[in-house]
Amino acid sequence: MTHHLPRDEQDASTIIREASEKGSLLSLSGQNTKAEMGRPNQTDASISSAALTGITLYEPAEMVIAAKSGTSLSEVVRTLAEKGQELPFEPMDYRPLLGTKAEPTIGSVAAMNISGPRRVMAGAARDSLIGVRFVNGRGEVVKSGGRVMKNVTGLDLVKLMAGSWGTLGFMTEVTFKVLPKQERKTTLVLRGLKDEQAIEALSQALGSPFDVTGAAHIPARDRQGASTMIRLEGFSASVDYRLGELRRLLKRFGGSTDILEGRGAEAVWQSVRDATVLADGADRAVWRVSTAPTKGPGFTKQIAQSLDAQWFYDWGGGLIWISTPVGEDAGASVLREATRAFGGHATLVRAPSEVRSAVDVFEPQAQPLMTLTKGIKASFDPAGILNPGRMYAGI
Amino acid sequence: MTIAFPKPDEAILARRKDIIAGLGRLVPSEALIVSEDERRAFETDGLTAYRQMPLAVVLPSTTEEVSAIMRFCHEHGVKVVPRGAGTSLCGGAIPQEDAIVLGVAKMNRVIDVDFEGRTARVQAGITNLGISQAVAYEGFFYAPDPSSQLACTIAGNIAMNSGGAHCLKYGVTTNNLMGVTMVMLDGTVVEIGGEHLDSAGYDLLGLICGSEGQLGVVTEAVVRILRAAEGARPALFGFESVEDAGACVAAIIGAGIIPVALEYMDRPAIQICEAFAHAGYPLDVEAMLICEVEGSDQEIDDMLRRIVAIAEPFKPKTIKVSQSEAESAAIWKGRKSAFGATGRVADYICMDGTIPTGQLPYVLKRIDEIAKSYGLGVANVFHAGDGNLHPLVMFNTNVPGEMEKAEKAGEDILKLCVEVGGCLTGEHGVGIEKRDLMTCQFNEIDLAQQMRVRGVFDPLWLLNPAKVFPLEGRLAA
Repeated sequence: MTHHLPRDEQDASTIIREASEKGSLLSLSGQNTKAEMGRPNQTDASISSAALTGITLYEPAEMVIAAKSGTSLSEVVRTLAEKGQELPFEPMDYRPLLGTKAEPTIGSVAAMNISGPRRVMAGAARDSLIGVRFVNGRGEVVKSGGRVMKNVTGLDLVKLMAGSWGTLGFMTEVTFKVLPKQERKTTLVLRGLKDEQAIEALSQALGSPFDVTGAAHIPARDRQGASTMIRLEGFSASVDYRLGELRRLLKRFGGSTDILEGRGAEAVWQSVRDATVLADGADRAVWRVSTAPTKGPGFTKQIAQSLDAQWFYDWGGGLIWISTPVGEDAGASVLREATRAFGGHATLVRAPSEVRSAVDVFEPQAQPLMTLTKGIKASFDPAGILNPGRMYAGI
Repeated sequence: MTIAFPKPDEAILARRKDIIAGLGRLVPSEALIVSEDERRAFETDGLTAYRQMPLAVVLPSTTEEVSAIMRFCHEHGVKVVPRGAGTSLCGGAIPQEDAIVLGVAKMNRVIDVDFEGRTARVQAGITNLGISQAVAYEGFFYAPDPSSQLACTIAGNIAMNSGGAHCLKYGVTTNNLMGVTMVMLDGTVVEIGGEHLDSAGYDLLGLICGSEGQLGVVTEAVVRILRAAEGARPALFGFESVEDAGACVAAIIGAGIIPVALEYMDRPAIQICEAFAHAGYPLDVEAMLICEVEGSDQEIDDMLRRIVAIAEPFKPKTIKVSQSEAESAAIWKGRKSAFGATGRVADYICMDGTIPTGQLPYVLKRIDEIAKSYGLGVANVFHAGDGNLHPLVMFNTNVPGEMEKAEKAGEDILKLCVEVGGCLTGEHGVGIEKRDLMTCQFNEIDLAQQMRVRGVFDPLWLLNPAKVFPLEGRLAA
């Protein structure tokens, strides 16, 4: 199997054009830290962005950064931090969950639309992604969007590229808008709430005027009691004020409260972001479910009736991370029944490849949407050579 | 009048009677507009210099009716121009003689509000402000606020991915849209997204938002609603130079402050607005910033104090920190009346390019030179935080040739925006107005990829077909 490492965009274009002429199937990757996600597929060769590195533009005053797709996420984060800025959507790190070690690339963040706890307030990676350059399945270099944050010129192909898992094009450069890092972060923790109460408390907090930037609930487990966490960021005096108001607002939920700040708080939010709250049983499957926040507790209640499941909630209840025994289908039939009943979608994030081959990794789509999906795939990659089948069979 | 329309399809024009009869079987008679007098109300939108009489106008009341109309038009090869309230500034809703207008304005109900989940499901013909008003009793609002929010529909906002003055903090339509019910050209009804975040497969919602009515007709939308801040107050700064104002914007952002709005006006705009609104604007400055922050009274005081301190090194000639609602209203009154006030002194066209904010002083100097080279005046008001410019190129319709000159000047300004790394349109859309400039920003390959995606939804080019893409070199799927 050939491993292509294009040195530049032109190089990538040549490789992909030749592959399309031969009908040779390509796996797309950055540093392969998430190779064990998605549907397993059989390809003839691979193409990696690992040699396409470097920040190509950073204008702190304009709150915009651009980098070649193979640039490590950590380099982007570090560069921004030097100027007191950050990626607004707080991208999660999949390595702890998947047991991989290399440095994830900024391109993968765009390609998989990877966000974290702040997504609930600041939007997902796709909301901050304002420009892409990519090579489509014909080997053509295409650009969409740009480096300015307000841009409605033409069809928004940037959004299509975000979260397309390399099935539409090989990204060569991505541009994100960024935000200033806040002076202070603090977390209010409510102890001992049941799921329903916790989600109600989080909804109250998110529906308040106090700009909550993180809202998670970790149910009781082993010897640890349940904790419901609400994060505030901003100038210190403003954080103090809003914290006081939130405590007053949430008083009726009773129980004890704590304030977490500094390293301890960072660690907790990191474990929420990276779902390491669940990672202890490496032999278990992991699902990521997005649903309406108020549906969260009903969703978990339903699946718990037939599965030995553990879970926690982010995004105020709208994001549920669930671990299940691997078994034959990792609980897929139960999960899919729940998404049909409660709305939303479930993705099988971690499971042995036999299981990911046997069940739908991504939420099956209604037939008219699948028809559109197929048409869009063909409009970018008519020969079907880019990451074929990584998301859906035939895509 | 330099923008061309495609030649109408004679065969369709000849079948007008049959087409109207066919549509008449699908909707109640009051929903079908055929008389010339009544159709005239739909012959243009916010780009009033251009007009085309549509074949007929249909105003359905349900998704099912929209579906039936679309299926009929698909079967009979009739072009469809979707329309919200017709406030588009780029001609996005201007009809064609061989097309029907499909207006969604009758579908204007709120279907469901979930305050706990912070979403509202609405029919697509509801006005932007209508959504905010419907959720205001619980202190909530819908964030994107285009200037036309009193009239414009959420359908139109979705079509254009509309912005507003407050998108620095809250984002534009695409960041606040969670789901749509959309009718495809062949009448199929699809549900995309919903009350949850992110998409299961491809981000079709992100593609539809800003697609200018070329991919389908949205009949319902799920939008994110937010709890309004406790309060908001602006401060106003007047500067002796454009550079000082630009540097002050950069310094505010550099200090980690994201104001909820950060608006810029140049000398001509200040003069025009002050004469109209008597807002108390300084008349002896070259540039003015309005910077608004949100929060409790104390938070606002603290933040405005910080901003004033940041502004001081740039030697503002005027600093006015609002202390009351009345003062805030006065500061905003001038800015909000900018278009109307300019309309009193001249005819104008409003451009909408975006530039990297670091290029501000250079671009403003060049805009001035461009306007002068055509013998025209220009006033600049824009969203300074995100670089979305709105130069108002002024002319007199009664002077033959002046409008063409203004259009040429506008074109030069938009080319300049692209040249410095920006784009043709930040929030108004391409429509017909910027259609022929698309090749300045995109090469053939970029445009072909967009057109192939368009072709997946509308291979026959029946949906709003005269817009966005240059008339030459069009591709299907």
